[in-house]
Amino acid sequence: MELLGMTAVELAAAIRKKEVTVLEAAKAVLSQIEEKEDMYHCYVTVDKEGALAQAAAVQKKIDEGFESPLAGVPVAIKDNMCTEGLLTTCSSKILGNFVPTYSSEAVLNLKRAGAVILGKTNMDEFAMGSTTETSAFGATKNPWNTKHVPGGSSGGSAAAVAAKECFYALGSDTGGSIRQPASFCGVVGLKPTYGTVSRYGLIAYGSSLDQIGPLCKDVTDCATIMEVISSYDPKDSTSVKRADTDFTSALKDDVKGMRIGLPKDYFGQGLDPEVKSAVQKAAKVLKEKGALVEEFDLGLLEYAIPTYYTIASAEASSNLERFDGIKYGYRTESYEGLHNMYKKSRSEGFGPEVKRRIMLGSFVLSSGYYDAYYLKALKAKALIKKAFDEAFARYDVILGPVAPTTAPGLGESLSDPIKMYLGDIYTISINLAGLPGLSMPCGLDTRGLPIGLQLIGDCFQEKKLIQTAYAYEKVRGPFGGREEKVHGKAI
Amino acid sequence: MAKQYETVIGLEVHVELATKTKIFCGCSTAFGGEPNTHTCPVCTGMPGSLPVLNKKVLEYAVAVGLATNCTISRYCKFDRKNYFYPDNPQNYQISQLYLPICQNGRVEIETEKGKKFIGIHEIHMEEDAGKLIHDEWDDCSLVDYNRSGVPLIEIVSEPDMRSADEVIAYLEKLRMIIQYLGASDCKLQEGSMRADVNLSVRKTGEEGFGTRTEMKNLNSFRAIARAIEGERERQIELLEEGKKVIQETRRWDDAGGESYPMRSKEDARDYRYFPDPDLVPIVIDDVFLEKIRKKQPEFREDKMRRYKEEFDIPAYDIEIITGSKHMADVFEATVALGSHPKKVSNWLMGETLRLLKEKGLDPEDVSFSPENLAKLISLTDTKAVSGSVAKEVFEIMFARDIDPEKYVEGHGLKTVNDEGTLRRTVEEVIAGNPQSVEDYRKGKEKAIGFLVGQTMKAMKGKADPGMVNKLLKELL
Repeated sequence: MELLGMTAVELAAAIRKKEVTVLEAAKAVLSQIEEKEDMYHCYVTVDKEGALAQAAAVQKKIDEGFESPLAGVPVAIKDNMCTEGLLTTCSSKILGNFVPTYSSEAVLNLKRAGAVILGKTNMDEFAMGSTTETSAFGATKNPWNTKHVPGGSSGGSAAAVAAKECFYALGSDTGGSIRQPASFCGVVGLKPTYGTVSRYGLIAYGSSLDQIGPLCKDVTDCATIMEVISSYDPKDSTSVKRADTDFTSALKDDVKGMRIGLPKDYFGQGLDPEVKSAVQKAAKVLKEKGALVEEFDLGLLEYAIPTYYTIASAEASSNLERFDGIKYGYRTESYEGLHNMYKKSRSEGFGPEVKRRIMLGSFVLSSGYYDAYYLKALKAKALIKKAFDEAFARYDVILGPVAPTTAPGLGESLSDPIKMYLGDIYTISINLAGLPGLSMPCGLDTRGLPIGLQLIGDCFQEKKLIQTAYAYEKVRGPFGGREEKVHGKAI
Repeated sequence: MAKQYETVIGLEVHVELATKTKIFCGCSTAFGGEPNTHTCPVCTGMPGSLPVLNKKVLEYAVAVGLATNCTISRYCKFDRKNYFYPDNPQNYQISQLYLPICQNGRVEIETEKGKKFIGIHEIHMEEDAGKLIHDEWDDCSLVDYNRSGVPLIEIVSEPDMRSADEVIAYLEKLRMIIQYLGASDCKLQEGSMRADVNLSVRKTGEEGFGTRTEMKNLNSFRAIARAIEGERERQIELLEEGKKVIQETRRWDDAGGESYPMRSKEDARDYRYFPDPDLVPIVIDDVFLEKIRKKQPEFREDKMRRYKEEFDIPAYDIEIITGSKHMADVFEATVALGSHPKKVSNWLMGETLRLLKEKGLDPEDVSFSPENLAKLISLTDTKAVSGSVAKEVFEIMFARDIDPEKYVEGHGLKTVNDEGTLRRTVEEVIAGNPQSVEDYRKGKEKAIGFLVGQTMKAMKGKADPGMVNKLLKELL
């Protein structure tokens, strides 16, 4: 089997069997990066030397008997997770020179499992955006068609997996930032239940919504990575102690009796007909395999976007206050006094989308508006959670599209931010309710761009998602970067 | 004219809690230390770092709340107070606005005018900021985050005080409660207790409140009293001139004896408070509350009452000894070791207070152990040492907590009860002071005192004066 085409689990097995060395795997993927990066621009930082050093060290550990399901497999990390000694920018000028003194807990979990970290992937600045075009370091291109965006904000991670510039990647998801780029790039992405993966070291956007999760080639990889990165972390007060993180136990080709609900609101106006038909086809496949599939009314969809942008922006406006040019990061060249330095450093350091959300967030928290906006949004959030609770009393899994369309063309979204915000309509409620959501490819549109299927579960029910996704994947067959033959395109 | 006005005062008191580690991370709260050595990603606001509440802070806050008769919130949250300043590494302070831990309490104070309750509006937990150092030599500012994240509670009173006397009594009361709890040492001079005074005046008999000002930078009870008097006069003068009091924060300059405005509250910054999403709500259950309740110490009033019943010592002694939890602990422990209460009290009221004053120390700084004090008392009880030697030994014990028995032994300070040695010395004194001997024999009784003194001197204080007296009379 061609090395770069392997899944993470396949490569780990090959390394264990000594069919390939860790160094060979790292070198192969580094040369792929060298060859393709100019075209796709998935990375902000590629740590070639570090990766080769880690590869040698991990190989030695494996030779000495170290065992872990992902040992030796090269991985890419979204650039909003701190990596000790390695530039961490959030794709922002304001952190353009920031080298953390510590690593995020998710990255440490990977390192303990013998991962080889290749570098840091491009993203929308501070994870604010749905296209990876708000990055201060240039847009990432969709490997399926470089005239299109890869989605965002974890666009660099999704594109790197699709372009075989890594074997898997970590992303973060605040309103769809793992699932939507996974959908646009034809890879698998999972946003876990809030509290499952430690946020310690993840540079916060919307703290109550942020979760780290995997972007990878198939459902088996997804479950395996989840077992490695999930952990209770006393350094994160919102971390949850879970006993049920044996995600790979759910890799069963069996959906008999699985109750799957299709929310009618998710198939209404605004949904691209090609996306609609592909997602419905996937639902049919599951039904044919014995799942109980039916439509239902979820409701409250129209409140999701205003609720999300109020809460996320409010938290972001406060979270991003620490970037002031004093302690680290960008400081303006010339200034007169403290306040002028704050103003100039932040005006020059942040891009327009970040500024828009800081302004929006500051507004909804300001005295006189707090009750009318922020508190009201919290109430709407509670109602949305309640609607899901009612749905999960009847269904094991909710199935729908990830995004209304496939990947838009480069430059199409930024001119109209409202339109870009509307693109998050099917993903953001899941963050508001703290639920797990899985995104996986379910077809191509007529332009040859991947279409994503979203599976939503109740809190702590990732295994039902994995089981459903695994069963569907068995019927669908190989997809994406690893089998060019399927879609007849060379990547 | 000033008599027609009534002063209305409310206090915001910040107390630094005596935890070993900071409120949201594991860094040390120890004072001193090279700049930025007691820091980590959390208390320096590094990207990606997250706060985790130190449970001890919650325990102290609840204990203070219970001791001040507050209602303890069973569900409380932390909020972010957003403002930009370099001493605040995240540019927001984690505090409590919407659901503070304690509410609706009161404490009783006593002044010359009698007893009175002062209401407590709320007590909330928050983090301290770092320290800015302006280096005028290099024309730059430096920041030290060692204090960043040190836990504080803020005790907000109702506007129930009417004079500086009441304010001082209230602060003394709070300090006593908090010291008894061991929650803080409450030293105004060192900043572990800080009081901001909110003051307004109104015509006597009026119901509504006047416009208030907030006074900061008050580092001693004396400064607080002076600032209250000064601000009262300033406000009355303004009103008498037909001017308005402006709601503002003023800084007290104790050396100059006047205050000046810091910033106006009319263009008050909007702190954009909102619940901190990085911290989960705190739910206080009965078990936790009961645990804290059971650990509450005997507070001063109860202790005074008990001392009066149990120990035959003067009321004044009781007041002084219970004025410091530490002093009271030393007293009780020494008595428990078998020493006579009155004798223990005498050592504390006499030599201990004298030495504390001489060395500029607080009662909390007393470092000798009850065991050693009990031993010293026993040495005097058995006449093993004389009073003057005991004082000498005590002074060393006060400084270094030495074992008085070993010290007396090692330095040969034991009273000489050997009659032979004593008789020889007395004979020498009689031989060396013929004039006094003569005087005594002529009937001048007083002269024997001088001879006793001379003998004691020759014995370096190590003789039993009674025995010296007896021997002298015998030999003369």
